Amino acid sequence: MFGFHYKLERKAIGLVLAIIGVASIGGMVEIAPLFTIHQTVEEAPDMRVYTPLELAGRNIYIREGCYACHSQMIRTLRDDVERYGHYSLAVESKYDHPMLWGSKRTGPDLARVGEKYSDEWHVAHLNNPRDVVPESVMPAYAWLSRTDLPAADLSSQLKAMRAVGVPYTDEMIANAPADAYGQAAPDTPLAEGVTRRYGQATTVRTFDGSPGRLTEMDALVAYLQILGRLTSAGQLSLAATKD
Amino acid sequence: MIGQLSKDERQLALVILLVLATLGLLLAAVGRDDPLGVHGGLIMLVAIGGLFFTISGYYAPEPTRDSLAFYYDDPSKIGIIAAMAWAVFGLLIGDWVAWLLVNPDLTFDAPWSSFGRIRPVHTTAVIFGFGGNALIATSLYVMQRTSRARLPDRLSPWFVVFGYNLFCLLAVTGYMMGTTQSKEYAEPEWYADIWLVVVWIVYFILYLRTLARRTEPHIYVANWYYLAFILVVAVLHIVNNIAVPVSFGHAKSYSIFSGVQDAMTQWWYGHNAVAFFLTSGFLGMMYYYLPKRAGRPIFSYRMSIISFWGITFFYMWAGSHHLHYTALPQWVQTLGMTFSVVLLVPSWASAGNALLTLNGAWDRVRDDATLRFMMVAAVFYGLSTFEGSFMAIRPVNSLSHYTDWTVGHVHAGALGWVAMITFGAIYASVPWLWKREAMYSARLVEAHFWLALAGTVIYVFAMWNSGIIQGLMWRAYSESGTLAYSFVDSLVAMRPYYIARAVGGLLFLTGAVIGCYNIWMTIRAAPQSADERLTSQSDTMVGTTPAMQPGE
Repeated sequence: MFGFHYKLERKAIGLVLAIIGVASIGGMVEIAPLFTIHQTVEEAPDMRVYTPLELAGRNIYIREGCYACHSQMIRTLRDDVERYGHYSLAVESKYDHPMLWGSKRTGPDLARVGEKYSDEWHVAHLNNPRDVVPESVMPAYAWLSRTDLPAADLSSQLKAMRAVGVPYTDEMIANAPADAYGQAAPDTPLAEGVTRRYGQATTVRTFDGSPGRLTEMDALVAYLQILGRLTSAGQLSLAATKD
Repeated sequence: MIGQLSKDERQLALVILLVLATLGLLLAAVGRDDPLGVHGGLIMLVAIGGLFFTISGYYAPEPTRDSLAFYYDDPSKIGIIAAMAWAVFGLLIGDWVAWLLVNPDLTFDAPWSSFGRIRPVHTTAVIFGFGGNALIATSLYVMQRTSRARLPDRLSPWFVVFGYNLFCLLAVTGYMMGTTQSKEYAEPEWYADIWLVVVWIVYFILYLRTLARRTEPHIYVANWYYLAFILVVAVLHIVNNIAVPVSFGHAKSYSIFSGVQDAMTQWWYGHNAVAFFLTSGFLGMMYYYLPKRAGRPIFSYRMSIISFWGITFFYMWAGSHHLHYTALPQWVQTLGMTFSVVLLVPSWASAGNALLTLNGAWDRVRDDATLRFMMVAAVFYGLSTFEGSFMAIRPVNSLSHYTDWTVGHVHAGALGWVAMITFGAIYASVPWLWKREAMYSARLVEAHFWLALAGTVIYVFAMWNSGIIQGLMWRAYSESGTLAYSFVDSLVAMRPYYIARAVGGLLFLTGAVIGCYNIWMTIRAAPQSADERLTSQSDTMVGTTPAMQPGE
């Protein structure tokens, strides 16, 4: 064995090929089957895609690095489940390009934070977290309410998402900017299009409390309120275990 | 600098810079409504600056043939200076981030300065800015000595050094503008990723071309590690960053992977960035500088073979231990845990090989802070690889995951191993590179050593405490069977440790600043005379003894 190595280490190309060969095995065995074994991701027929406003909110979540302190992955541990809700299923992040499971909980897990708090709470909390949680060490995101959401490029955002495999329809892509406005403007003709395209259960509200103006705060709150609610698969299997 | 290039190389440099300036202009134009436009402008400015610099030296006399008898070390010098600059910047941002967890209002009510944006600035500046520059600088130095061959040309090493730093610059300025892929340690967006691939291919070809010119029949161990670092980082980087940009005018892109497959790919990347960037590369550094400084041959050649192939094979399986108890299928978690535990064998073989090499030179460890940096690095390498294998065991991970324990573990490796071996290598190579007898002040090296060690120990102990307390509080139940503590209770309990951690980081930063001063004063000192130079260091390729002696 060492004699063989004695020869190998005299050949640069041999060494290069050996390194690539030896290093590729692990990844091929662990990653490739995740795309082919069907049980890896559960079936959830009611799973819906993010609305344009929620996707814009998700992009703000990514931009601000929220994932550095908040996980979106409830583990199959008793205390995790009792604190945050049913453990996360693979299907729930099926449309997450990339996933935001996170690796650190400086703040609590957010996988099922949707509709746990009111919109007003989220707006106050994001403006200055210490107004509602005095001990919090989260940064204040006061500028979100001051910044208009650029909605014009949402069609191309949805198109790129479709290119990586998310089933957005042509209609959804064409109406993306209008739907972003509509989701934050209830009782307008625009709002009706959102529920028609994304389902009756879609949350249509004036998220930041000021209708008429679409801000980054609207988008981020809309995203936080949908977390854990894209499919009822999680809730259903929890009910099943309780029986 | 330009005077050292041949006429052909100067012309090629001008062409490369012109192409780069044009690309920058293009990006600035199509991305004018996007952070991409700012980056296009930045690329264009850098390229134009380079053009002026090249033109100003264009008519300088060409280098003489005599200069070809010497190793080409100037890119290594710039790399070391860049590494120290990134170290101070990255540690400063790191300590600021640490204080933000003590007082979250230490910010400017501006988007760029919030925790989530500057945390990746810290990680990128220290890992890629400091670590990457140190690896490039030392690899070029070590490769020439251990192959007894000069770099094949004088342009491509400069392309690698400057191109790599442009990538780092695009990365950190991007985060502050909110441009990030959110993949940890792979945050830069598609255009910066493509640029890094170009730089990396040139680096790899430069390495192979130098090896092809070697006059030593064997490729020395350090070069195996540097090669593994270059090759595997390229594979990881390319696979994990495959994404579809929103358009060529948008910085934003969407990863082609989603959900569970993305999580596995990301942590296959993330853990092996630790393996092949922060371990393999720095082991390459250790295998040259530690025996050289100690004046002892490596303890065991066979142990280095076993540990090299062990690390190259086992590490690639270990990534899934970042995903215990998640929606990742259990069989992958179990594989990751198993290989993480086995990984302890090659890791300790490396650490043991380093420490046993010091047998017979422990008096030097006592007297020479530079060698002591390397010794302590090997100890921390052993400690943190043990801790890593331990934390990868599922039940242990159920306590440690998501807590500060992970942060402490990472810093035991990053401060204790990576930074310490780098400082040792830099203090060893600065006098060699600049032809000085020794560092300006041995006492300042000593001061840096103790500040770095104290800072690391305080940091790691603070995070062990906070992490374990956090983990225990989250899983504590009251007698009535309900969770005993709210999340905020655990946050309040962290405060003293967060203060201690920030103080430890400040000590480490102070040490690095002292190091910069010491290096600066060494460079400014008068060089050795030419006679001394010929007798002192191995800066010529003349001579018959190989740079490294066999150990067995």
